[in-house]
Amino acid sequence: MATGEDQKKLGPSDARHLLRRVGLGIRSDQVAALELVSRADAVSKILGECHTSTILPQPDWAEAPFIPPADIKAMSDADKRTFQQQRRQQGMDLRGWWVAEMLSTPSPLTEKMTLFWHNHFTSSLQKVKSPQFMLRQNQLLRRLALGNFRDLLHGISRDPAMVVYLDNVSNRRGEPNENFARELMELFTLGEGHYTEEDVREAARAFTGWGLNRQTGTFEFHPRLHDEGIKTILGQKGAWNGDDVLDILLKSPQTAIHICSRLWQAFVDPRVEAGVVADLAATFRTGWSIRDVLYQLFTSDHFYHPAHRAVIIKSPVDLVVGTLRTLGTAPRDRRILPFTLRGLGQDLMAPPNVKGWPGGTSWITSQTLLSRQQFLRRLVLTQELTASAGGKDGEEPRPRRVADPTLAEPLDVNALCKHVPDGDRARARALGELLLATDPVRPLPEQLDPEEVLSFVDAALQDPVYQLL
Amino acid sequence: MQRRTLLKLLATSLSLPLAYRLGATEESGSPWKRKLLLVELKGGNDGLNTVIPYEDSTYYQLRPELAIPRGEVLHLRDGVGLHPALAPLLPLWTSGGLAVVQGVGYPAPNLSHFRSIEIWETGSAADEYREEGWLVRAFDKDPPSHHFAAEGIVVDGRELGPLVGGGSRVLTLKDLDRFEKQAKHVESSEVKTDNPSLAHILAVEAAIEHAADELSLPDPFSVTFPSTAFGKALHTACRILAADKCPVVVVSLGSFDTHTRQAQTHERLLAQLAEGLNVVHQALSEAGQWDNTLVSTYSEFGRRPAQNRSGGTDHGTAAPHLVLGGKVKGGLFGTHPDLKDLSDGNLKFTTDYRQLYATILERWWNIRSAGVLGDNFEPLGFV
Repeated sequence: MATGEDQKKLGPSDARHLLRRVGLGIRSDQVAALELVSRADAVSKILGECHTSTILPQPDWAEAPFIPPADIKAMSDADKRTFQQQRRQQGMDLRGWWVAEMLSTPSPLTEKMTLFWHNHFTSSLQKVKSPQFMLRQNQLLRRLALGNFRDLLHGISRDPAMVVYLDNVSNRRGEPNENFARELMELFTLGEGHYTEEDVREAARAFTGWGLNRQTGTFEFHPRLHDEGIKTILGQKGAWNGDDVLDILLKSPQTAIHICSRLWQAFVDPRVEAGVVADLAATFRTGWSIRDVLYQLFTSDHFYHPAHRAVIIKSPVDLVVGTLRTLGTAPRDRRILPFTLRGLGQDLMAPPNVKGWPGGTSWITSQTLLSRQQFLRRLVLTQELTASAGGKDGEEPRPRRVADPTLAEPLDVNALCKHVPDGDRARARALGELLLATDPVRPLPEQLDPEEVLSFVDAALQDPVYQLL
Repeated sequence: MQRRTLLKLLATSLSLPLAYRLGATEESGSPWKRKLLLVELKGGNDGLNTVIPYEDSTYYQLRPELAIPRGEVLHLRDGVGLHPALAPLLPLWTSGGLAVVQGVGYPAPNLSHFRSIEIWETGSAADEYREEGWLVRAFDKDPPSHHFAAEGIVVDGRELGPLVGGGSRVLTLKDLDRFEKQAKHVESSEVKTDNPSLAHILAVEAAIEHAADELSLPDPFSVTFPSTAFGKALHTACRILAADKCPVVVVSLGSFDTHTRQAQTHERLLAQLAEGLNVVHQALSEAGQWDNTLVSTYSEFGRRPAQNRSGGTDHGTAAPHLVLGGKVKGGLFGTHPDLKDLSDGNLKFTTDYRQLYATILERWWNIRSAGVLGDNFEPLGFV
């Protein structure tokens, strides 16, 4: 829909909003780059920067030979213990690897979309057990994150981690396992209420024979285990196999609506607007291009509407990674970050159940809010006691406030204020607008002396509004 | 009938003094004088090796390696006994303070962790989907007064469980000292907003601030709590309950999801459970609160009667649960599921879990349970 609007400059407010929503934290140089281009060009630029694999190399155990389950079972107790320990270590490596990518990527939207799909097509290391399987799934999700949804759906259904997670390993004629068929309909495509139990049972029959090669751990179809009979699914009758079921589900108009609702909730507002979602779904289901539907979403007037500003509660990833990127720093020992995320309720690679992280207000409980605020406080400000040289006799050493000393890079307040105009009032306003998605609950100082930037940032980060995107 | 009149009636019939332990500002007749401590056994506790039908030969046939040897079972009665790791609870059994409720489950059982625990937490049927925890609906019926720090507190848990949907009236915290230290920094605001996300955050801040004043609590116990995470959570729970700061506290222990190598794990967990519950009994007795407290376990399901090929058991259905407290009428309740009459290899339930809730609602708290559970479920006699 090319209108005059599309050629207008994005402007600072919309630029900040766009960057906040599609990125992980925002920096003033990013805003400066986008505010003078049109909305269409800004969105094209951001989408164009997305890539299909990580910048960082994969962990070194990624290509290690697959160890068949039978071999694991045959291990001695001692060897088994070593093996489990190794797996646990790799599991933490895996999480650390993904966080490192999120911190350093030039395209945070790539990682946000990978995380979106991880939360949609859920699998968990707890059940899947193999860090290699989870890594490959993560790579699949990233490869197709902005690609073709039909390819993604087909790919994830055959992904070994998913096959294990939803028990499609042992789905055979006569004893169909319904787990995958059910979650496929309820969560991955149609959504609750748009299929019957009968549909689930019939679909389960269609997926019989799907499984993994026990020696290689790759997807394999076992024709002898497949139920070749006629099945009726969503009213359609035929000798369907698994791939046919996926295509039947894609034909249902409900699938595009379900996915677009979730995209809306992830990027715009937890409150779904059926009419807008229907428009997005119409685009989506002609061609199944995720990039195209995101383009439509991010260039729409709805996206920028004031009613939808500051209404999304930051996930732990948004909060932790976003803040570190905004401040241009990270802990010296980055291995703690997956634990920080877990403590806030988002254990990467291990969503709590197949529904994924519910998100929204569920991110904020008394415990998590306190933990979030403590994390932010430590990051920006800690008390360090230093003897006050030349202080009066008997005076207590005065605490010096510095940023968390375990940070690798000290907070560069000049970098934070780089594209901010000079002058105490301008600085205060610009930094406030950069850090907060809307007016703070507790007003920030109106003038900001360069010496006071750290305290200002602390106050902004402690405001309830900082929890919002 | 007025609560006061009912209380009078109860008092007369049970020979209780009418001025029954009225708390600081709690209205006389309010249910929330009486406390509930819920212990979630996360992952699905293997009930068959917890409350053991040691005289049933089928038990040993189903579990050639996993069955607890007959000689090690702690006999209760009726051919049923406890796993030896639960020995610390025997004195309570003998003195009548421990009720063992058998065969607890529900029709059309769901074997998925997340769906089944959701069912238990929301007090629903297998085909019902409700958003709020059953305790939140109970609070709605008779709102606890403001002198409490919160209506419900989850200690060291990530999810709100049976308190889900309680909004800012329920708290989660890791431990009291940490809570107090962190809550010091919170200053709530009176701002009104149309933004539902912001409103939620402000409400949680307000709840923290309100609770922070109330939860600056002493440690009044001389008994030592175990230094495990579970022990610490129980310690926190007891400090809260003893100070009458909250009517419901939820803690959890796990993981009981013993698909492999069950024997050692289960023994270790049951030992922690028994030791923990025992210390709770001692601590709350010391504080004069044992008579005001009901402790109950719960879990998403039990486990399959037949052992699997990995030295463990898979997801099952019905399981027993333990209820303790100063006012508990101890003993065996319900019927042990028949090992010869399985359904798809799993136990058939003999006590609907909502009967457990109905007992707590009606007989412990004097709240009409049908309004909370959506139907009438017959209370049991353990209190």
